[in-house]
Amino acid sequence: MADPELPSQGEAAPEPGWVAPELTQEFPGLRVATTTVDAGGGRSPAALKASLKELSNRFGGRQAIMLRQRPIPWAYRVFFRHIALDPDETPTPVEQVSLDRMRDGRFKSQDRVRDALTMGIIEVGVALQAVDAAKVEGALGLRLSTEEEALEGRVTPLEAGKIVLADVKRVLGLLFGPPVASAEPTKSTERTTLIAIGVKGVPDIALEEGLWVAATALLS
Amino acid sequence: MPQELLERIEMQEVTSLPSEGSSLVPPAPPEGLGTALFERDDRSARTDLRRQIAAMESELGELFASAFPRTGLEFKVPAPGGGPRILSMNELERVRDSLATRICEVKTHLDEYGRAEEASREMIERMAQDPAGHKWLRVSNEHIGEPGCRHWHSRPRWGILGMAMGWWRVKVSSGCPLAEGPAFGRSRNRDVPPAFGRSRNKDVPPA
Repeated sequence: MADPELPSQGEAAPEPGWVAPELTQEFPGLRVATTTVDAGGGRSPAALKASLKELSNRFGGRQAIMLRQRPIPWAYRVFFRHIALDPDETPTPVEQVSLDRMRDGRFKSQDRVRDALTMGIIEVGVALQAVDAAKVEGALGLRLSTEEEALEGRVTPLEAGKIVLADVKRVLGLLFGPPVASAEPTKSTERTTLIAIGVKGVPDIALEEGLWVAATALLS
Repeated sequence: MPQELLERIEMQEVTSLPSEGSSLVPPAPPEGLGTALFERDDRSARTDLRRQIAAMESELGELFASAFPRTGLEFKVPAPGGGPRILSMNELERVRDSLATRICEVKTHLDEYGRAEEASREMIERMAQDPAGHKWLRVSNEHIGEPGCRHWHSRPRWGILGMAMGWWRVKVSSGCPLAEGPAFGRSRNRDVPPAFGRSRNKDVPPA
């Protein structure tokens, strides 16, 4: 039985990630929080699929239309406008998930990690991502890309000045873009790092809650 | 909406020019310090532009929600593109201007929709008062900017006889047809009888 004094997995306070000073100066609310859980990819268990089904019943067209008026999704839309992303062309994470829900008629189960992220994103509205904990080194954070920096999966190098998610050694992906293939959680993943990206207007408690919902779903 | 995104940075207003010799601030930055001072100014301008973009995005979001279920309205605002990066002041200005233009266009279209919808409502009233004067006219929910499939149709009672006799009336439809699912007449699981209608499996009677 677990020690009642210590928080169990997924309940521990998320670790803050680093953000480069030039980004903090421009975007004061930009931040990263991570938490690592002992679970990996593969098929979703029945309990997680049932939770997704229940979530599908609660989230319909009305909620999708009103999404832009909710404070947290609105804050992400605003931030997308601030960083040269068109939220109608590149939807924010919560809008992407809700669009998929409208297209498929339900929250379609994909795999354990994606389903857990869907739960966290829709329940709270924050931007969540996941990487294989064994494939990253050190703390995760946000910085600007340097001249001729390589991004796995791209033939050409990145231009300098792109906002990227990175560990201490390499770029893991563009901000709000998918992580590089080698860092994505797979069936063989044993530990998964969940990443929440916060922007101005998104309270810390929302990031914690999003990570907690996703971690709990991942451990179900 | 979180107010912190819309907060304006308080800056002290200059009411009068400082007289020469009385001010500690030099008229121009000394050599070598200019860059740092101007960069700082740029940043505060960018912050203010970001605040304006946030306010406009909020307004566009409200218009988006209020426009439902009307279709054909364009809400897209093009972004400068080039991936996630820090935008320059010019680019932020372009985003803000595009948002302002889009808001203006959407408001104009919504006004036009509003006028047309009001005319449709008045038409329904006139139809109800004088069905024979509006023979075969049909007005739907879409014409009055409401969701659903209801429509008002001026048609004769008892078909051809009503037409000949001038027995016109306005018929209001009952709404959208119900969605058909496995519960209606068909059951995927042959052991479970369908709730309504007939079962394909003749051994299982309907519930």
